[in-house]
This record gives sequence, structure tokens and C-alpha cells, in this order.
Amino acid sequence: MIELKQLEKSYGTVQALKGLSLKVPRGCLYGLLGPNGAGKTTTLRILCTLLAPDSGTVSVAGLNALSDPRAVRLELGYVAQEVAIDKILTGRELLQLQGDLYHLRSSDRDGRIAELIDCLGMQDWIDRRCGTYSGGMRRRIDLASGLLHQPQLLVLDEPTVGLDIESRSAIWQLLRELRAQGTTVLLSSHYLEEVEALADRMAIIDDGRVIAEGTPDQLKQQLGGDRVTLRVKEFSDDREAEQVRQLLQGVDGVRQVVVNRVQGFSLNLVVENEAVVPRLREQLDGAQLPVFALAHSRPSLDDVYLQATGRTLMDAELAVAGQRDSKLERKKAMR
Amino acid sequence: MTSPVAAVTTRAAEQGPLVDLVQETLALTRRLFLQLLRRPSTLIAGILQPLIWLVLFGALFSNAPEGLLPGGMSYGRFLGAGVIVFTAFSGALNAGLPVMFDREFGFLNRLLVAPLRSRSSIVLASVIYITSLSLLQSLAIMATAALLGYGWPGVSGLVLVLFTLLLLVFAFTALSLGLAFALPGHIELIAVIFVANLPLLFASTALAPLSFMPDWLGWLAALNPLTFAIEPIRAAYAGPLDLGAVLLDAPYGTVSGYGCLTVLMVVTVGLFLMIRPLLNRKLA
Repeated sequence: MIELKQLEKSYGTVQALKGLSLKVPRGCLYGLLGPNGAGKTTTLRILCTLLAPDSGTVSVAGLNALSDPRAVRLELGYVAQEVAIDKILTGRELLQLQGDLYHLRSSDRDGRIAELIDCLGMQDWIDRRCGTYSGGMRRRIDLASGLLHQPQLLVLDEPTVGLDIESRSAIWQLLRELRAQGTTVLLSSHYLEEVEALADRMAIIDDGRVIAEGTPDQLKQQLGGDRVTLRVKEFSDDREAEQVRQLLQGVDGVRQVVVNRVQGFSLNLVVENEAVVPRLREQLDGAQLPVFALAHSRPSLDDVYLQATGRTLMDAELAVAGQRDSKLERKKAMR
Repeated sequence: MTSPVAAVTTRAAEQGPLVDLVQETLALTRRLFLQLLRRPSTLIAGILQPLIWLVLFGALFSNAPEGLLPGGMSYGRFLGAGVIVFTAFSGALNAGLPVMFDREFGFLNRLLVAPLRSRSSIVLASVIYITSLSLLQSLAIMATAALLGYGWPGVSGLVLVLFTLLLLVFAFTALSLGLAFALPGHIELIAVIFVANLPLLFASTALAPLSFMPDWLGWLAALNPLTFAIEPIRAAYAGPLDLGAVLLDAPYGTVSGYGCLTVLMVVTVGLFLMIRPLLNRKLA
């Protein structure tokens, strides 16, 4: 459905995309995961024909987005991150405007709007001016305008940022239904849970490149091993933790044991599979050591991210937090 | 919950490019008018301001000695043409502001991601909006001027007035829309409008005839496009319409009514040709 090849884009001296390539299969709910500033929005803006890349190719539904942007615009709905809305118009008038820009016949247009009002639960406020809407309402209006012309492809840029839990799950629900009905959905997010909960396939973007791609399960399996967190007492000291570490290091199936000094000298283990867990208990019993707590888990996307980039997503967010200039970003988005 | 993509409607069959173009242009124009109706302060101020000019400025020079103005015209009648042109001109100069705000707030992106037949419809909608607004304001001023006893141009005169205003409004709307895409933000655009507005008024024949002015100002006024709009309208007010007559005794020679209109047309077409590449690039 989407094929991006070797996209490069610079803003002045800042290189936002450094040869990004991506393939999204038809009918797939695809997640782009990455910290702020990784190049997600730039990628989506190029895809939606709002921005021309410095080099690379963009193909959507078999159409060349760079040479035939209008054909691509007909096929896709775009829900941008910063919701630009005309405060003076009512929600219905905004949707009517949108419908006219997509050249729906007025009877079709109004029927379709009624359908979306019903489906997104907008009856109570659709005829109020947009200026009075809450964040969740605005996002729903935006979703409705993205869906108005029944596109094959819906592109959403961080659709649930800053939303309450209820609106968020309503949007998740809607995206799942769209996928079930055959619409291809591409969303960007810097929430691990969101991508994990929704996406059939995903790509991790960092520093203008795709650094990992696959289904969430594949990515986790590639990483391999299960995670075990273990404590012998609620608070161990340095010496005791080290003693336990050496004891468990030798257990069959244990790949790695690390003393986590930040979390009260608990032990973080990477093990081959679940079967290793009882062996850990036996070993501790044999040494007359109690088990205060033991948690076993599959690797998370955060672990995948950590493996791919050498830092956690949260660290990456913090690193760019200070460098981001919202005014500059708005300028970049200006035409 | 009904399905989000239920096929109650199928995608509209192709309507043809021209129908599409009309549909998108009308939709964009409708939005501008809805904004105006719901925030009518622009409209009210736009009509009040020239009326205040007309009444106060007209009163300021009402005791001017007779025979001071060409053809023994009263100052009120003389001023009428100037205020009409100035109003249309400032309205057109502001045309870029809504577009600039759409750029800044990202609403333009919403328009650009839609499969518009031609992005000229965004520009066209602004032109239609500003033109109707300016003509409405001008008619209000003309009616008030008539009530104040400053005369009425008659039917053929009215046609000439509207035609002249159209040319002027097209020219400066084009300029303003060009600036709205060329300048970085609304602060800069407002600054340019502010700097251009009053000086262009004073350096024209809106408030005083050329014969009043020192040579250097006379030169400026005789080159100012506003002057070429003011003089035909003033002539329409002065009496029987004769576009062949000399309307402007400029330092570089005399200009007839036809000459004035030709200059305006050249300015309008010239500005459109100048702005076109910029708009094409920005809206590509």
C-alpha cells in the first residue's frame, strides 16, 4: 500500500530523514514508533504530499506521490498532530467544507456526515462552534474529516497524544474497526503501549532511519529470552546481591544476571524460557536463601527499543525534550 | 455504533473538473463569509471608518474658499471619490490576512492535503470575498455621500465607479495575497499594510488636487496607482461622463480618463503576473 524508499529531508542544517525506507502492506494497521524528533511527522507529511523529500521515492496505492500528488490525495485521509480547526465554524460546517474539497455530491456529503456523526458519537455538539470543543472532540472531528471521503488509507500522526483514557480507547476501537473493514491504517506514536496494543506491524524510527521492523511479537522474539526480576529480601545490600548473582549465574539457561542498583539491589535476569524459573528457585532453596519476590515477563517493546538504540524510549524523549523548539516546528510546517 | 466505512454511499462519480473547481471555490468562499457574519466587527468597522472620514474630513475643509478646487467643486464632493477609493484599497490590502492566519495555524495544510482541482481556488475564494466586501462598503459610502448632499454619479457613472474599483481591488488583493505567502508571519504582514496604507493615501489626489502639492509630492501622487482610480470616479461625480477628457494634469503630461483606466489595467495585470510564480511555487 505504501512504499517509501531512501527518503532524505533536511531543514537547513538539520537532517530530519537520513535514508528512511518503509513498506506498509495493504489492510494492515501499522505503527511507527519513535521518540519525538525521530522524523515521524516529517515522514507522514511527505507521505501525505504536504512536503517534498530532498531525495527518495514515495508510492501510495501504486501511485507515485511525487509526480501525481492529487491522485494520492484522493486515496488517503490525514489526521494531523496539531489540530488546525476553524473556531468560528461549527463541526458540521467544517465537515461540509471538507466534503466539498473532496468533491462529494452534496446529498452524498450530508449522508456521509450523518453517518460519521452517529459513528463517532458527535450528535450533541456537532452544531456548536469548534472553538468550544475539548481536545477529545476536536480529535473526533479530525478523524471524521479524515474518513469523510472513505479513503483506502488513513494516516494519523500521534492520534491520542494528550487525550483522556476514554477518548483514547474510543479511537483505538475505531482504528481496529477500520482495519477489520479493510482500510489500511498508518499511525505514528511515541507510546509503546499504543503500538503494542494496536499494530499488526511496526517500525522503530530513530534519528531519521528505520532501525527495526516487523510484527511486535517478531521484534520481541528476535530479541529473545524472557525477563526475570528477583529479590531475596525487600532490601538487600550490595554484598548479598552480589552473592546471589554469582549463585544464579551458573544456573543452566540463564544468559545474563545484572544487579540493579537503582531498584534496591534487585536482580534482573535474561533467561532462555519459562522452564528456567523453577531451577532458579531450587538453586536459591539449596543455598538457604529466601525468595521475597520473583516476576517473570516476556521482553517488552521497551526492551526492543533499548536493544535497537542503546537507550530507553524515555531517555530518548528526555534527550530531545530540551532541544525542541515548538516555534521552529510550527514554522517548518508553514507553507 | 454504525461502521465507520459503511458503504451507504459510494464515492461520487467524477463530476468533471469544472464542477469540482466551482464546488471547492464556493465552499472556501462560503467559509470566509460565515466568518464575516459571525465576527461582523470587520464589516462594521470597514463601513464606519470611511463614513467618519467623510464626515469629519469633509467638515474640516468645508470652509475652503470657493473656486479653490477644479471646476468649483465642493470639498465634500471632491473628497467622496478619494474615500471610496481609499476604502476599497485598504480592504484589498487586508485580503492576505485570513490567508496568513490559515498558514500560521495550519488550516492551509488541511486544504492542501485535499485533492483540490486547482489550488488557485484558495486564491480565487479570497478574491471573490474581498471584492464583494469592498463593493458593498463602497456602495454604503456612496449612499451616505449622496445623503450628505455630495451627489450621486448616475447609472453610467456607477458602472464606471464599479469597474474602476474592481480593477483596483484585483490589483491590491493580488499584492496582499502575494505578501501573505512571501512574508514569514502576520506581524510582518500587518507592518507592511500599516506602512503602505496612509502614505499611499496622502501621496495621492484623494484629499487634495495635484495643484496643491509641492512638485516632489505632485510627482509621487501622479505616479500613485490610487490617483488613477480616484480621478475617473471623481469625474463620474463631477457631471456628464467623458472619459476622453483630460482628468489628470501630471508633471509629466496630461492623462485622459481612458489613460487612467489603461494604467490601472496595466498595474492589475502586472501585479497578477508578478505574484503568479510566487503563488504557484508556494501552493505547488
